[in-house]
Amino acid sequence: MKSFVFPEFHIIRDEAKCGQCRGCERQCAFGTHTYDPVQDRLISDDYKCAGCQRCVVFCPKNAIEVRPTPSPYRANASWSREKMEDLKKQAETGGVILTGCGNDKPFRIYWDHIVLNASQVTNPSIDPLREPMELRTFLGAKPDIMEVKTDKGDVEIRTKLSPNLVVETPILFSAMSYGAISYNAFRSLATAACKSGTYFNTGEGGLPKEMREKFGKCAIVQVASGRFGIDAEYLNCASAVEIKVGQGAKPGIGGHLPGEKVSAEVASTRMIPAGTDAISPAPHHDIYSIEDLSMLISALKEATNYEKPISVKIAAVHNFAAIGSGIVRAGADIIAIDGLRGGTGAAPKAIRDNVGIPIELAISSLDRRLRNEGIRNRCSIIAAGGIRCSADIVKAVALGADAVYIGTSALIAMGCNLCQKCNTGKCNWGICTQDPRLSGRLNVDIASQRLANLVQAWSHEISEMMGGMGINALESLRGNRDHLRGVGLYEWELEVMGIKGAGE
Amino acid sequence: MEFKITMPRKRRELYNKEICACSIFGAMNRDGERFTGAGVMKAIANMHVRGNGLGGGFAAYGIYPEYKDYYAFHLMFTGCSAEARMAAKMGFDPYLYENFDVVYDEEIPHRDESTVSDPPLVWRYFVTPNKKGDDAALSDEDYIVAKVMHVNTKIDNAYVFSSGKNMGCFKGVGYPEEIGEYFMLDRLYKAYTWTVHGRFPTNTQAWWGGAHPFSLLDTTVVHNGEISSYGTNRWYLEMYGYACTLQTDTEVIAYAADLLMRRQSLPIDLVAKILAPPIWNSIDRMNEKEKKLLTTLRMVYGPLLMNGPFSIIIGQTGKMIGLTDRIRLRPLTAATRGPMFYLSSEEASIRLISPELDSVWTPNGGEPVIGELNNIT
Repeated sequence: MKSFVFPEFHIIRDEAKCGQCRGCERQCAFGTHTYDPVQDRLISDDYKCAGCQRCVVFCPKNAIEVRPTPSPYRANASWSREKMEDLKKQAETGGVILTGCGNDKPFRIYWDHIVLNASQVTNPSIDPLREPMELRTFLGAKPDIMEVKTDKGDVEIRTKLSPNLVVETPILFSAMSYGAISYNAFRSLATAACKSGTYFNTGEGGLPKEMREKFGKCAIVQVASGRFGIDAEYLNCASAVEIKVGQGAKPGIGGHLPGEKVSAEVASTRMIPAGTDAISPAPHHDIYSIEDLSMLISALKEATNYEKPISVKIAAVHNFAAIGSGIVRAGADIIAIDGLRGGTGAAPKAIRDNVGIPIELAISSLDRRLRNEGIRNRCSIIAAGGIRCSADIVKAVALGADAVYIGTSALIAMGCNLCQKCNTGKCNWGICTQDPRLSGRLNVDIASQRLANLVQAWSHEISEMMGGMGINALESLRGNRDHLRGVGLYEWELEVMGIKGAGE
Repeated sequence: MEFKITMPRKRRELYNKEICACSIFGAMNRDGERFTGAGVMKAIANMHVRGNGLGGGFAAYGIYPEYKDYYAFHLMFTGCSAEARMAAKMGFDPYLYENFDVVYDEEIPHRDESTVSDPPLVWRYFVTPNKKGDDAALSDEDYIVAKVMHVNTKIDNAYVFSSGKNMGCFKGVGYPEEIGEYFMLDRLYKAYTWTVHGRFPTNTQAWWGGAHPFSLLDTTVVHNGEISSYGTNRWYLEMYGYACTLQTDTEVIAYAADLLMRRQSLPIDLVAKILAPPIWNSIDRMNEKEKKLLTTLRMVYGPLLMNGPFSIIIGQTGKMIGLTDRIRLRPLTAATRGPMFYLSSEEASIRLISPELDSVWTPNGGEPVIGELNNIT
């Protein structure tokens, strides 16, 4: 059937510069560029281009330019190009439109409507280059009261403490499974986490056996509805265990790793036959209620000898704050909430673009709910989905998060250009693919260095912003909405976030 | 996808905090001998320029020996006229008489010819709790705290200045020496500990309830500085039932001290390590036992870290404690002379009333200096 969809990108090749080296042809897994030996020139097919810019970056002659094409249709506010073309694709295939990455729609980005405070006169700002600036954070349950016994200056702690994760900076790498991303990308995250004093999250695809000894100490291992790759050693080699209930990019639905991506290695890590689809169901089939979740939390604590904090990850949906409270009461030490703009390796576009709520509002609601119930210290909050820079992290912490997960940001640091074709498994950057020819392009040393650099740079910037506010320890910023003001927000939005408008 | 709707503007419940830069002074006779407020008034007047006349106050311990078994409530009633202030008192009295047995009450004596502007009606009551129903299970102190929070948040135009036994706060808008004269502290009262505050508020208009000291039960706090962690401290304390209503950041220190010292019975040196903990670099170099203790304290009580510059004097029955923030961004000098123990923003003020001193020193940031009564009279 002839497709009526227009190409999204236009490839312009400067024939004068092109040396016919056929580099672009090799770089593109989508088969965009082909060599015509008769004409001795390269021919590009706009229809196949994903816009990942791989060929542009790697053309030795800088001969290629890839530009988004303007809409060929008559302007129509209701029928945008995207709506028309999605519809055409479905008319041509009869299928669900799949996509990758996070929600790209222009929902209000609250980060960009919040401004930060700085000290003037009455309170000295602190220079982080000269004074200590502390970002160390403990993730896990804290007791209401610490009982001590003092005996002639000797102090003994009587309260039994829950296990906590210690991070040197409030930035953790979000769950991305081996299978969804390549082994090299997965290992780069693990290496960078260990180097940066933080943690990476294995996602639901297990942790390869050979990585457990070296990287287990900086791993948070996930238990998801598909239960892939879970055994006692997997749970116990890690620093924390996370039960994945939902994901910001696709709340309410499960995961689907197509059989083509299930290589022998992925298969053995996930403990499934090679080449079979790895399907995680929408719900956990042993969690149909909060009391079921409580039982799973208890089972995991039992399996890990009560030595590891248990996290529960949920997508931010309409009544999630009440659910969050239930999760704390069910015994979770950490709640990870994933907002509307959280990413994915594959999700139905209709779900990705329409389900969930923005993380900024979610953090504040959950924090307030737990405070009102007097149980905020019984768990930590990790916010995920839409963290793009260090200022977003400062704002997230001031709204009540203990730390943040970064997923998309980490991928961009490794080379991702958000072409949203993760679901095809043809990632030219070697990140979201199991094709050894492609994944070999990602060098673990370089990629992990780029990730560690990012964490370091953001930590410096967080310190600078805190110093400006006259705060030298991150715990004094947590939930400190005093230091935030809203610009261009409605009353209800200010109220949900609990912040004043600028100038108030 | 921006939504163009006009929303009616409604009043949001927002908190306020007030920022201060101030002078503080404390004097204690560790033998428990009581002395008038004349000396401390002279000392604080010497730091006149550290305040701006928008607030001054005193806490005095040991002033009511004849009523020492009763809780002494100092109440402030506001209003634009004498009638309105009396009406505020009439609105409060039924609540008091319903929940307490009042053994004696009177208006706190003052000089009418004083220079202070717009004084409220200040009354004192000596009471014992009259616990009924569910409240019967509460300790006396928890009961008082609950009632004080109720008065401050729910009863219009009535604020509790102080609520401890054998102690009281005297405060208002004006220079501290003026407030001292207004309440005639140099003539009518003798205390074994006096703490004083001269205020320089930089953020909101002055009001009598916003002057220092802040107190709850017998804990009082005078504070010089600004707490940049206020928002964090506040939510943590609210979880334990402390309502921050007096529009100033100093309040949180008084409540934190009450929570940690009275309700959680932590010793003062640990409380100091919670309010002003050592930096991680130092903690990481300590021996295993100390490291574990301080790490745990920071982990559990991180939200009570007082960030930003401060020096404070905490007063309690039989105790006076000085503390600065962990990087010592506000001044504090300590001194002793015989049984006398002094704390002050400036050494000159101590020298003014006690030219000869046995020892005088500047405490390190985050290290508390503690004066304790040898024998409580």
